Amino acid sequence: MSGHDSKYFSTTKKGEIPELKEELNSQYKDKRKDAVKKVIAAMTVGKDVSSLFTDVVNCMQTENLELKKLVYLYLINYAKSQPDLAILAVNTFVKDSQDPNPLIRALAVRTMGCIRVDKITEYLCDPLQRCLKDDDPYVRKTASICVAKLYDINAELVEDRGFLESLKDLISDNNPMVVANAVAALSEIQENSSRPIFEVTSHTLSKLLTALNECTEWGQVFILDALSKYKAADAREAESIVERVTPRLQHANCAVVLSAVKMILQQMELITSTDVVRNLCKKMAPPLVTLLSAEPEIQYVALRNINLIVQRRPTILAHEIKVFFCKYNDPIYVKMEKLEIMIKLASDRNIDQVLLEFKEYATEVDVDFVRKAVRAIGRCAIKLERAAERCISVLLELIKIKVNYVVQEAIIVIKDIFRRYPNTYESIIATLCESLDTLDEPEAKASMIWIIGEYAERIDNADELLESFLESFPEEPAQVQLQLLTATVKLFLKKPTEGPQQMIQVVLNNATVETDNPDLRDRAYIYWRLLSTDPEAAKDVVLAEKPVISDDSNQLDPSLLDELLANIATLSSVYHKPPDSFVTRVKTTPQRSEEEDYPDGSEAGYSESSAHAPDSGASPPTSSSSVPYASPKHPAATQVSPPPSAPAPDLLGDLIGLDNAIVPVDQPVEPAGPPLPVLLPASTGQGLQISAHLARKDGQIFYSMLFENNSQIPLDGFMIQFNKNSFGLAPAGPLQVPQLQPGTSARTLLPMVLFQNMAPGPPNSLLQVAVKNNQQPVWYFSDKISLLVLFSEDGKMERASFLEAWKSLPDSNEVSKEFPGITVNSLEGILDRLAASKVFFIAKRKHANQEVLYLSAQVPRGITFLIELTMVAGAPGVKCAIKTPSPEMAPLFFEAIETLLREKDDSEVHRVQTRIHELL
Amino acid sequence: MPVAASAIYFLNLRGDVLINRLYRDDVGGNMVDAFRMHIMQTKELGTCPVRQIGGCSFFYMRISNVYIVIVVSSNANVACAFKFVVEAVALFKSYFGGAFDEDAIRNNFVLIYELLDEIMDFGYPQNLSPEILKLYITQEGVRSPFSSKPSDKPVPNATLQVTGAVGWRREGLVYKKNEVFLDIVESVNLLMSSKGSVLRCDVTGKILMKCFLSGMPDLKLGLNDKIGLEKESQLKSRPAKSGKTIELDDVTFHQCVNLTRFNSEKTVSFVPPDGEFELMKYRITEGVNLPFRVLPTIKELGRTRMEVNVKVKSVFGAKMFALGVVIKIPVPKQTAKTSFQVTSGRAKYNAATDCLIWKIRKFPGQTEPTMSAEVELISTMAEKKSWTRPPIQMEFQVPMFTASGLRVRFLKVWEKSGYNTVEWVRYITKAGSYEIRC
Repeated sequence: MSGHDSKYFSTTKKGEIPELKEELNSQYKDKRKDAVKKVIAAMTVGKDVSSLFTDVVNCMQTENLELKKLVYLYLINYAKSQPDLAILAVNTFVKDSQDPNPLIRALAVRTMGCIRVDKITEYLCDPLQRCLKDDDPYVRKTASICVAKLYDINAELVEDRGFLESLKDLISDNNPMVVANAVAALSEIQENSSRPIFEVTSHTLSKLLTALNECTEWGQVFILDALSKYKAADAREAESIVERVTPRLQHANCAVVLSAVKMILQQMELITSTDVVRNLCKKMAPPLVTLLSAEPEIQYVALRNINLIVQRRPTILAHEIKVFFCKYNDPIYVKMEKLEIMIKLASDRNIDQVLLEFKEYATEVDVDFVRKAVRAIGRCAIKLERAAERCISVLLELIKIKVNYVVQEAIIVIKDIFRRYPNTYESIIATLCESLDTLDEPEAKASMIWIIGEYAERIDNADELLESFLESFPEEPAQVQLQLLTATVKLFLKKPTEGPQQMIQVVLNNATVETDNPDLRDRAYIYWRLLSTDPEAAKDVVLAEKPVISDDSNQLDPSLLDELLANIATLSSVYHKPPDSFVTRVKTTPQRSEEEDYPDGSEAGYSESSAHAPDSGASPPTSSSSVPYASPKHPAATQVSPPPSAPAPDLLGDLIGLDNAIVPVDQPVEPAGPPLPVLLPASTGQGLQISAHLARKDGQIFYSMLFENNSQIPLDGFMIQFNKNSFGLAPAGPLQVPQLQPGTSARTLLPMVLFQNMAPGPPNSLLQVAVKNNQQPVWYFSDKISLLVLFSEDGKMERASFLEAWKSLPDSNEVSKEFPGITVNSLEGILDRLAASKVFFIAKRKHANQEVLYLSAQVPRGITFLIELTMVAGAPGVKCAIKTPSPEMAPLFFEAIETLLREKDDSEVHRVQTRIHELL
Repeated sequence: MPVAASAIYFLNLRGDVLINRLYRDDVGGNMVDAFRMHIMQTKELGTCPVRQIGGCSFFYMRISNVYIVIVVSSNANVACAFKFVVEAVALFKSYFGGAFDEDAIRNNFVLIYELLDEIMDFGYPQNLSPEILKLYITQEGVRSPFSSKPSDKPVPNATLQVTGAVGWRREGLVYKKNEVFLDIVESVNLLMSSKGSVLRCDVTGKILMKCFLSGMPDLKLGLNDKIGLEKESQLKSRPAKSGKTIELDDVTFHQCVNLTRFNSEKTVSFVPPDGEFELMKYRITEGVNLPFRVLPTIKELGRTRMEVNVKVKSVFGAKMFALGVVIKIPVPKQTAKTSFQVTSGRAKYNAATDCLIWKIRKFPGQTEPTMSAEVELISTMAEKKSWTRPPIQMEFQVPMFTASGLRVRFLKVWEKSGYNTVEWVRYITKAGSYEIRC
């Protein structure tokens, strides 16, 4: 009973649009319907049929539900491009939302929510209000989701019209599907809001657990996901929750099973009885194994999650290693994940079987898989001391097959095994040396060279072996060169005879004079000096006992693991990355004074909000706090640990003035300063919300931070750490935050220093921050470093030196970028803004009707930027060309300059920054 | 957030969009270009089904000649997304009669648009039960419950059934003859080492049901599984009957089965959907009866000749027989000539898959046919690497046999009208991945 719709695609004649127009206006119903189908077909293949908007909308008033749906579909696609015409549809929508047929009522409300045109949104409110209270559950369940849609378009409207309350009422609806959709909508709204809107209480908990039994499979997923955020009060409550969730493990839908597993694992953290925990582990194993008989894509998701689960609860699948054995026809991504889990589950008990499997895999066809299998053998050797010997003998067998990449991979892992068990398995070195000439991969070569150097005294011809590598020293990759250098030094120290002495001369010469790799050169100089001043000290350093390495197969940090386990079944658990690291969505932080409306994060309604009026100079920039900032019990961070150079800024005045100083474009007049961007929302921080921003004041860089405690417990013992970053930003002193009572907040200025922990690689703006306190797990969030805070006073230049510098730099150091969306209205205004941010004006000339400005700026370590801005005043489009000794900094620079050039529209700046953030 | 999708695309193998639906505003309309450029046109295709490109993540599956791609920009529920795609494809198949491919999509695009609108709202999956959706979305256009035209059969309270607690069955069904068909279908998965020891062996079974029952019947299914029997004897406080009982490692049920009741009473009770559905799946690893033993000996005689001898033993009852038995024995790529001797069935060399294929249409129990083959190889100097032998694979079906030993003990049907039902039960065991290393 297949359809024949493909005929609608075959209208590729000339003049198609006029023809369709005619058909759409036909007096015959069937013809109109066919015409609409053709329009949809054209839309599907990507043709622009938006010009038919009026004609299609005219077909909307119809009895025929199929035709109506098609017109609605068209509207969803094109309303945005024709907002003025879209309003034509409103009447029909409103009428349809009162139709006696519930399917039509629901359809109208569902479609209206998908049309993201402001004018239509206004008209949506009344129908939505009615539909949320509709008699028919089908309409109510559709309306619930529509509230989430509307919140995404206009959060303020949703709150003003009281839709959130209606939605909360629906949690008690008698229809399970309405409940499930309401829960889904509320969870989403909560996720996108910085205020507590939907928090699961023990009362809602039991109601939702009851609804679980009657929901559709998807509804069960919504509810379980929402409930997994619930924190049980004690072990007893946790046990009773788990008891009601465990039946879900038997569901045929993998999403239900994984969500149930997530919830059980969360509650298990609270359960103290080892019997209960053991029992739960026993119950969870079979459903997890069953997931491996699903479609390969689902298997992949399951395996990535199992990888996390066994890191936390290794016992769950300890006896199930066989189910992770690879099938010959498994897709490669499934095989790779299975292998990873096999390593994690390998134990003294099953290692023989596991090794047989690995050996089998090492003879398969896919090179990546084979390599991983060989590596797996090595990792097992490192992990299981008693099995190490067996692992090595398998590796030796594999080396004998003489497949090139197997040999190389084996040598790499054997090096690690030597490091784990020093002076145990050196007897095999002779076998390894046989394959010396087949090595062509840098890592394998480097490993082999390391082995030769480390055991030079036991290898009779170590000098000959090394010498064979030395001939090609200049052509070798850096990794190999470094190892060669070290190995030669070791050889010399162990056998200070004539041969090695000559070799060391050659190597040191090559590594100092002939190279442009600073790492190699530095290392060579160190060795050289050591050897020439004190050979005994050199021995102590170079031949010192090395720390024994350990197994890295449980590599995830415990707090990261916690976060990932809370996100089972989601992308985060598949990527093994926290959600913030790949979701770039900005929270809809209410712009108006809402935060002051609900000072304690509760819905207390309007309280003394006038005390925090934006024009009162004493009000902290964003305060959801009821404790005034200037309160004496909050010591300022900078007073306790003064930065080395700058005078300690005083509390309040500076804080606010500071915001003005760094981002004058954003807020030149507003005394209150812009709100700090929320980096750790309360929803992820278990009630702790952190907002922060880098700022510059008097030549000193500060990290301006706001901590808000929306949780139920006092928090204290705050500490902060920054990951390695491109500018080596690090705190100059400890973080000073007092104990935070529930509902209070604290601001601090953390003085920062540069070039402390530099990250290698090309510069980027990523700044990863970890904050911990005594009550909660470590929170990770990331911020971005804007060059704006790094521009220094030293950037000022004379005209002559500018010209000279410009000429001295090669053309290859010139980079340019267009900002088509930026309009500069007043040159003076822009120059003032630029100067305030330490971008200094040098000269200006006119070229036709274009203005050309020359400016300079400098960031620490003397990296100057010579800037040429070309624009036409009042017209959009600015071209920025720069010359700098470090062209790799250009993207960061352009980002900074774009922020400065933008008009001071706060929201726009914010948006641009977010977009840039996405690009990075 | 249980959101499963921001957009869904159906692409053909060239990457042309067959149909697409944007559910949320957070991904651009041109995201599919990124998918084409970064996944379809690179070697990445098939290396990982979940990929991040820019700010968006892509999940994709290939089904016949169609790629189904889901795009999200939030921390979506991936398990939910993939399951949604699987269920949606099953739904489409049930609408257009089996096939799901490029042509089927083009020929039903209006219907698919309608279904996509119905089964997912703002990225949240809604009811995907074909039984219920077919009440008001049909191939012939939509039937309206309140239509004035008498020709349209009115569907009372379709909306209540979509959202109802029994969201998979409609009310008011009437059959002249009330029948239930039960199919117990088992797949045996085996991985055997070259030395004949079992490395991994399990059975994944499913119980397929076809119901033609009037009204709203309550069904209860009894199997010979250990836990169920123990619980039963406990409740009735009498000792369990002796006889073979089996231990199920895991069971999963169709959404119609009351899981809470299963958990407490260990009984499988449910109100079935109308027509065909998969009632439950189970897995067994202990006490599996392997229907076949394969004994291969492969000798490489010098560089250009190989001798392959395979004996296959059927170890099920002599009165039973297997159907469609195929044994695939891999041989090296440079195979030039083959000659066979078989005591049953037919054998040939398939150059496309580098396999010797031995087919036996009807294979009685307790027999052991053999095949011996001589394989001549072209000697190539380039082939330095020794041949890595992929495993021997086997396909078969054995009717009226369960590798697990599972039996249906009873199926009770209660309906308030008290009609009699006829129950039919069939068993069949198939090969899942039945591999013997050699």
